Amino acid sequence: MVPATPLPTDALSISGLSLRYDGPSVLEGVDTRIVKGAMTAIIGPNGAGKSSLLKAILGLEPATGTVRAFGQPVARAMDRIAYVPQRAAVDWDFPVRVIDVVLMGGYRQTGLLGRITPALKARAADCLSRVGMQDFASRQIGALSGGQQQRVFLARALMQGAELYLLDEPFAGVDAATETAIIQVLKSLRAEGATIVAVHHDLSTVAAYFDRVLLLNRRVIAEGPVANTFTRERLAQTYGAGLVMAMPA
Amino acid sequence: MWQALALQAGYNAALVSIGAALLGAAAGGAGAFLTLRRRALMSDAMAHATLPGIGLGFLVMVAFGGDGRFLPGLMLGAALTAALGLWAVQRLTRRLPEDAATGAVLASFYGFGIVILTVIQGLGQGRPAGLETVLLGSTAGMLRQDAILIGFGGALVLAALWALRRPLSLVAFDPVQARLMGLSPRSMDAALMALVLAVVLVGLNVTGLILIVALLVTPAVTARLWVRTVSGTATLSAAIGAACGYIGAAISAAVPDLPTGPVIVLLAFLGFATSLLLRTGGRANA
Repeated sequence: MVPATPLPTDALSISGLSLRYDGPSVLEGVDTRIVKGAMTAIIGPNGAGKSSLLKAILGLEPATGTVRAFGQPVARAMDRIAYVPQRAAVDWDFPVRVIDVVLMGGYRQTGLLGRITPALKARAADCLSRVGMQDFASRQIGALSGGQQQRVFLARALMQGAELYLLDEPFAGVDAATETAIIQVLKSLRAEGATIVAVHHDLSTVAAYFDRVLLLNRRVIAEGPVANTFTRERLAQTYGAGLVMAMPA
Repeated sequence: MWQALALQAGYNAALVSIGAALLGAAAGGAGAFLTLRRRALMSDAMAHATLPGIGLGFLVMVAFGGDGRFLPGLMLGAALTAALGLWAVQRLTRRLPEDAATGAVLASFYGFGIVILTVIQGLGQGRPAGLETVLLGSTAGMLRQDAILIGFGGALVLAALWALRRPLSLVAFDPVQARLMGLSPRSMDAALMALVLAVVLVGLNVTGLILIVALLVTPAVTARLWVRTVSGTATLSAAIGAACGYIGAAISAAVPDLPTGPVIVLLAFLGFATSLLLRTGGRANA
């Protein structure tokens, strides 16, 4: 299970990733890989470290261990990675319109002093259309519903033109229209060759949405194709035997 | 007074008004980003922490036989203790909530500054009369080179804000995303604080250190009532600041005993109150 040397088919190769604050460990020696071009769901019980794993991969948490993205240290591959947080921790009263939020995703292309060209604006409008939010371009971000905000942050990630997308609970607390819009965008990204990793909590949609599954409970329980990894037995190992009976598997 | 407003009150008065307008624009622009980053109170602590530096700068210059009121020397001293105050707030924030740390630094640095100022006035050396104008500002009788320094400093801050507008907004809106995009929120905050410090120093003779926070905050919150974008907020805030600075300096120059700071602040507040009434009809939560 330990990927000693990154395979060329890996978007991410993670070894010995551990994270702890003052209390018990959040992540204990996580060793796994994320296969390029696939949609992988990270599932596990509350407190399993799912969100922390994404943040540790991105270098947002002070974790130990190594993470390589596309064969490089992750810090050097950041321009190929986009992150959509769970309910972004932003100031919702901020004077920013939807289109401005999407344009922020193009910051790496424009750089510090670069001009926002008409071409860039057109691309931002295109990203908004892909998530079905083109009619909201000049709304203030705080005036949108939670699901609409989630779609705008996905559009910002699209604007980055990344190859690897890390999403934290993209379907949590969103309306049905948003869930459909997001899954369609993710599937079209996969068709374009992108790699998708999403923390996911709804076990009933795992098989319909994802190719692979990463079962996590502070350490990796299993990682593999949904067909032979997303099993009742593995879920019991992940969630504890009593809990899993109550869940649709 | 109308002569002063129309730049007809003499070359010096015209320079002072233009300098104050540029300071107001710089304060309004920097204040827009400062309030968006929710650091307004930090600038107040910084401004009050300039006072001991001003006193010490005065004493050092007099000790070396110079003019104690030489503005660049006072500014250097002010910059040093303001930076020390900022550093102290950051150290204390590890143990205390930020508002408590800010309050503690503001009060103790200001108290220390008042003690030094009192000692200076007791010495009766090096023209200490008028040093207290750094508290509330006075453009009456301002030297020509001081007016030029103020205008130049304001213009420089405006140019830097324009250059940094995009990373500053990104960090203020979503610091996590900014980090992932290779920006360091810490360095952008440091850059913003340096620009605010420049505004505070340049504003010493115009609004004075006690009221500069009003020129940083009031135009920014007024602009927020009217526009929905960061660039719009910053531009309108700078324009309001410029108008307040210009008119305030002109009024103060025409009425010799009137300190400039309170006049500018009252003008800014008038703009805010009018905007609030027009935009919300007086409803508090609109």
